[in-house]
Amino acid sequence: MAIREYQNFFTQVQVQGNPEWGMDDNGQMTRERIGKPGFSALVGWFGNAQLGPIYLGWTGMISLATGLIWFNIVGMNMLAQVGWSIPEFIRQLFWLALEPPAPEYGLSMPPLDEGGWYIIASFFLLVSVMTWWLRTYLLAQEHKMGKHVAWAFLSAIFLFLVLGLFRPVLMGSWSEAVPYGIFPHLDWTTAFSIRYGNLYYNPFHCLSIVFLYGSVLLFCMHGGTILAVTRFGGDRELEQIVDRGTATERAALFWRWTMGFNATMEGIHRWAIWFAMLTPITGGIGILLTGTVVDNWFIWAQEHNFAPIYDGSFGYEDYGSYEAFIGQED
Amino acid sequence: MLPKWFNDWNKDNPTDIFGPAILVGALGGAVFVAILLVTWGQPYATASMQTGPAGTGMSVPEFKAALAVPDPTIDEYYTEEPYVPEGAEPLAKDIYENVQVLGELTEDNFNRVMNAMTQWVSPEQGCAYCHGDGDLETYGADDLYTKVVSRRMIQMTQTINEQWDAHVNANKEVGVNCYTCHRGENVPSDIWFKIAPVNEASGNWAAVQNRATLISQSTSLPSDALETYLLDANQIVVHDLESRVEGGPAGDDALPSIQDTERTYALMNYFSNSLGVNCVFCHNSRAFYAAAGEVTPQWATASLGILMVQELNTDYLVPLRDTYPAERLGPVYADAPKVACKTCHKGYQQPLQGMNAIADWPELASSEPPEYE
Repeated sequence: MAIREYQNFFTQVQVQGNPEWGMDDNGQMTRERIGKPGFSALVGWFGNAQLGPIYLGWTGMISLATGLIWFNIVGMNMLAQVGWSIPEFIRQLFWLALEPPAPEYGLSMPPLDEGGWYIIASFFLLVSVMTWWLRTYLLAQEHKMGKHVAWAFLSAIFLFLVLGLFRPVLMGSWSEAVPYGIFPHLDWTTAFSIRYGNLYYNPFHCLSIVFLYGSVLLFCMHGGTILAVTRFGGDRELEQIVDRGTATERAALFWRWTMGFNATMEGIHRWAIWFAMLTPITGGIGILLTGTVVDNWFIWAQEHNFAPIYDGSFGYEDYGSYEAFIGQED
Repeated sequence: MLPKWFNDWNKDNPTDIFGPAILVGALGGAVFVAILLVTWGQPYATASMQTGPAGTGMSVPEFKAALAVPDPTIDEYYTEEPYVPEGAEPLAKDIYENVQVLGELTEDNFNRVMNAMTQWVSPEQGCAYCHGDGDLETYGADDLYTKVVSRRMIQMTQTINEQWDAHVNANKEVGVNCYTCHRGENVPSDIWFKIAPVNEASGNWAAVQNRATLISQSTSLPSDALETYLLDANQIVVHDLESRVEGGPAGDDALPSIQDTERTYALMNYFSNSLGVNCVFCHNSRAFYAAAGEVTPQWATASLGILMVQELNTDYLVPLRDTYPAERLGPVYADAPKVACKTCHKGYQQPLQGMNAIADWPELASSEPPEYE
């Protein structure tokens, strides 16, 4: 019965009992863990039903504190922009933003209401993100793990730093940074592409898309494969790596017979982490080159012969007429 | 609640009813929808108009149901053919007092135009909207601001038809008259006023955007695009026209910034909504700028429209500010009402869907005395 329950897209089995506290072989490891552990059936549908305890530590404290400061500076600025009106704040929330300074300020410190708050908030966000990164590193160290998660996180932080720090500095203006707002940061993204002659012609943007979509594909292939062989113990991936069983054999055969090639129980995770890490790395390189090395990617692509140039035959005769469109053609 | 034998029977005969029920429900639903579609037809069928070279994907889609309904204001349009003069009739300037425009018209045609303007602009108030409640002898007076404004608007209409022929008659003779903007209303719909800055407690670039306003087309893009480009006549510049150029966003000879791009994007959103079209009506979206080979005739027509609107606002509408009463002025700056694309187009590619608005009105088609045929 229990085995059968695993053969599903949805989690049907969850473990609840005495809270699991983890190792504490030196009697010191619980010193910074806070929160009374509890169980949630809802949480159990998505992961481990046990919630807490959490290790805060000094990195967690600093990261949360500075992150909250950033969050509050952004929120208070938005609230001030609507004249401290809560209803208007809720109504305009997705439109509001804390904007970077205007171009004329360059890399100098502008007045608070013209981007100064943005610089201050960004500083706290930088501290917050970097201490959270340190947290992933130190916690891995404490668990005597490899630092893979920290390096993977760093690849995302690279893109974040390119957008908000490296590229604005190279361009000589904080105005190039991304605003903190829901719709405004999307406007920025579109405007960035249009300003620099269509980012789709940026080869690194192409690569980033390849790795992003590739990550999605790999994620689905791997998740699907493992779920499909859990009935043979395939979900015990670590054991299968060192002691290959029938689950691994079947999964490998499935892919080899399907497409002639198969990853290994260990190697599939290298595929996944590299595809995922290369998405922001290649994307970040593409952003970093934009406006600093190439100012118009479409023209650049034409110069490098991978975007066509019209030969002048523009095909006016193919155009539809408005009269025909609205059904008033005589 | 249920009888015991029923519960017992169910317990002894466990049956999976959900699987078959979902299957039958899904299949039955699909058949039902298929029958609806086959018998009633696709309710959201679309048609598209090709707007660029084959293979570029440039087209404007629209629901067929929407295309089937003509602009409702076309039906309410009033028009009347001119009376061709025989040569000896007295002219309006000799009959009436203080006729500064349209004075070269014969009495019949002058009254024909006056009547039409009433139908177009003040169908409810009638002549009194401009001429007051007095007798005919008092009609020469310039007491009411409406009359002073009308005179200037007649001159503006003549200028549009005469000087901006390449825009308003770009595809065929369409032209404009009072009705193109007014549509039976004293004040045309879709006029605009300055509203920026829209945010408190912020200055400069941060203050003029990130609010859902009519001018920003409910986007978070800047709300000062119309005044920047269609009133102050700043150059619309977004791209560098070489793959690498000197300079950056800061400094005296600054290149276009992300901010300039967003403001242009706001203007382009306004264009799209004003004409009921999308970006690829004018642009090949692989390169939005007007590089060689990327320019469509629509783009050229729209570019002329930008210049036209700049002139109309600067020469005709803004100078009327002190003529208007306070209730006609803008809510923030008490500025004069201004025009842009939507004031005429009202969401259609061509105003009044391409109806010829000057066929019967040579008097409004030129500042010269009309020539009747």
